[in-house]
Amino acid sequence: MLELLRQALIIIGVLAVPFLIASGLTWGERRLLALFQDRYGPNRVGPGGVLQVAADMFKILMKEDWTPPFADRPVFVLAPAIIIIATLSSFAVLTFAPGIAVADLNIGLLFFLAMSSMAVYSVVLAGWASNNKYALLGSLRAVGQMLSYEVFMGLSLMGVVIQAGSFSLGTITRAQQHLWFCVPQVVGFVVFTIAGLAETRRIPFDLPEAESELVAGYHTEYSGLKFAMFFLGEYVGITLIAALVTALFLGGWWGPVLPPLVWFLLKTLVVIAFFILVRAALPRLRFDQLMEFGWKLMLPLSLLNLLVTGAVVLWQEGLRF
Amino acid sequence: MTDVSDIIQRLRWRFPDVELTEQATADEVPTVWVGVEHVRAVLAAARTECPLETLYDLTAIDERARVHRAGQPASDFTVVYHLLSTTCNHELRLKVALHGEEPTLPSVIDLWAGADWYERELWDMFGITVMGHPRLERILLPSWWEGHPLRKEYAARATERPPFVMNDTVRAAQEQALHFDPATLGWARHTEEFDYMFLNVGPHHPSTHGVFRVVLQLDGQEIHDAVCEIGFHHRGAEKMGERQSWHTYIPYTDRVDYLQGVMNNFPYVLAVERLAGIDVPDRAKVIRILLAELFRVISHLVFLGTFAQDLGMMSPVFYLFTDRERAFEIVESVTGARMHPGFFRIGGVAMDLPGGWEAQVRDFIAYMEKRLGEIESTVLANKIFRLRTEGIGVLVSEVALAWGVTGPMLRASGVPWDLRKARPYGGYEQFDFDVPTGCNGDCFDRAQVHVAEMRQSLRIMAQCLRVMPGGSVKADHPLTTPPPRERMLHDIETLIDHFLNVSWGPVIPAGEASVAVEATKGNNSYYLISDGNTMSYRTRIRTPSFAHLQLVPLLARGLTISDLVAVLGSIDFVLADVDR
Repeated sequence: MLELLRQALIIIGVLAVPFLIASGLTWGERRLLALFQDRYGPNRVGPGGVLQVAADMFKILMKEDWTPPFADRPVFVLAPAIIIIATLSSFAVLTFAPGIAVADLNIGLLFFLAMSSMAVYSVVLAGWASNNKYALLGSLRAVGQMLSYEVFMGLSLMGVVIQAGSFSLGTITRAQQHLWFCVPQVVGFVVFTIAGLAETRRIPFDLPEAESELVAGYHTEYSGLKFAMFFLGEYVGITLIAALVTALFLGGWWGPVLPPLVWFLLKTLVVIAFFILVRAALPRLRFDQLMEFGWKLMLPLSLLNLLVTGAVVLWQEGLRF
Repeated sequence: MTDVSDIIQRLRWRFPDVELTEQATADEVPTVWVGVEHVRAVLAAARTECPLETLYDLTAIDERARVHRAGQPASDFTVVYHLLSTTCNHELRLKVALHGEEPTLPSVIDLWAGADWYERELWDMFGITVMGHPRLERILLPSWWEGHPLRKEYAARATERPPFVMNDTVRAAQEQALHFDPATLGWARHTEEFDYMFLNVGPHHPSTHGVFRVVLQLDGQEIHDAVCEIGFHHRGAEKMGERQSWHTYIPYTDRVDYLQGVMNNFPYVLAVERLAGIDVPDRAKVIRILLAELFRVISHLVFLGTFAQDLGMMSPVFYLFTDRERAFEIVESVTGARMHPGFFRIGGVAMDLPGGWEAQVRDFIAYMEKRLGEIESTVLANKIFRLRTEGIGVLVSEVALAWGVTGPMLRASGVPWDLRKARPYGGYEQFDFDVPTGCNGDCFDRAQVHVAEMRQSLRIMAQCLRVMPGGSVKADHPLTTPPPRERMLHDIETLIDHFLNVSWGPVIPAGEASVAVEATKGNNSYYLISDGNTMSYRTRIRTPSFAHLQLVPLLARGLTISDLVAVLGSIDFVLADVDR
């Protein structure tokens, strides 16, 4: 009974905490960007402006939830739901600390990759169902970008899988007790982080919603709660990628003094802050440059990484016998 | 400088049978009248043989109400071609007399591609039919507009017309007029293999920098063709000039290019002073130059910030707007206003510099010099920034000249044309500065030239600090408006001048003058015609943005939407400057 209660609490926690972090990010990102840009950002509602989150939520809930008459209504409504479901369910396979996981699947990483492919549907369907040219262009860009970056996102993780000998995120983190994987798998680390930026459609890969080009890209026609879901979905996505970077490369919960869960959270927040810093610093690529960068540089790099990792692991195995 | 007799003499030799009537103007630009039947031949010769490769301005004057026209051929509408050679540094004003209520004129688009919009403006504003123009439609006014506003019979004030009523029928008709049909442009809807997509960018779009519309014919993400629509920001600034006194028009000029503040006043007051024959005291000259260069920095900061933002760079715009704020602090303490100071006066400036201005300017120069280095290393040196701008929107110098491009955009294409050097005005001949140029004429060069120009402006400001002469900031001339207050309180003559010039407005002697300055975006000139009255008879504002924006379709063809945004950002236009 107690075990069941514990499990229920973990499930609720895993659902709630990413949501909390994501909604906190709607304020946190603006404050951090403001810090980088010599201004204040939202600092009026509550201490330091934290309650801005609540104010924004309230505002967006009160807004008219408009579905344009020319849109394909069922799909238009479905699209924002998909992104939330797909990104949130990926959190289920993460192990945050020893014993704190919803389901430490032995195919955890594959599940995450599958779910991130699902998230593409959300963007594509949103653009398609909106029946708006800007939205369509945005979603076309999104398909091209996310599909191609997924290829080497998966490949960049294979080095970690080979070293840990498992697809389970718990096992992978456990294998980093003495050395974080960001050291032996530095190439994988860099490639995964970049692919993660692309998957979450952040600058310099924010082409699908490039404001100065496509107004708002695939969610141009969205408003009210549906827009909020896209907005939140993006932040949940960032939190997910940051948590994955932490679990796969930055030693997950391992760390001195502080409890494991705190370490995990701290590392995740640092990675998120890094993503925000990148946004403050870089311009946006053009679509063909993005593709070139992906296929001509990132893909060969991750393949090479896979090859070298495999060879080294085999060599070490050979030494043992 | 220009050898007046030379160009006209050459045209006389070339066309011995054509009657060429010379006209003396206050600005000493060689001005010659030619019959409408010969205009194309003379212009073609001027273009190739003189060689005046740039059509600098093309406008018209409604002469039907003008009194003082001694020595000029009879004319109802006079079309004025202002030609310029940047290589030989000479110019020519060619006037054509047209008669009747519905005059016609041959088009010169084949000679200067940039004549396109100017000829449409002739039709729009004066109802002059330009024969042979491929698309003679209204340009600044909407297609449903009635009448031609710059004609003298057209009312300048709303109170002179019946009240305007907007009802559903009118609204529906106006909305319908904005409806886009590719067939009217002769655009194909599809090829044999695929359909084109037509994308309407603007009038409300984040990167059109104002109300401006581009319709794109897209093949996937590639731009096959584009057409611009302007006029959404038209306020009739030229017509207002005919209803405001010479003095009260100064604040209106501020708003023509709302980013360059007093730089707008500069060509206007210079032209009025040329007509009135006023010599400005040295101190006023240096104050004018100091403020003009400060506003060049202000405008270029906006350019660079918004350009970086168009490319997805989020932070520079905040840094640069903060820097701009520092410059505004100086403007504020000198003029009392920020963006639209309206500080220049006919015959000087509004008031003397405040105490402590030296320290303020010195601090700003020291700060900005350091800051420009940071801008270069964070924006211009950024790898992605370079990827997005190098080789994009390349403008070759010959094309640039044919389209009337001036300013940083022309210099980025490698032509070292800077009016401050080529034809120093307002005291620039005493300052030491360089004219930065680019070599590729792409978006990156345009950004780089802008940064380099900011450095030069700081250099000029530093020299202003060193050489600032003493003395009065207003000329000792009866037409100086308003006359110096201290003297007005002491002698009756100045009091009379003050009373007349302030209540009625100064009466500027009849004549014509066009003065150009190197404004922030290119050559900006005011062509003023006085009929010996308190108001101008015709005010023509030649703005750089108008000429530059015409190039968008040419630069955008074959590029992607993302590149279009880069091109638009790099052109550095202000819609108020385009539409006036």
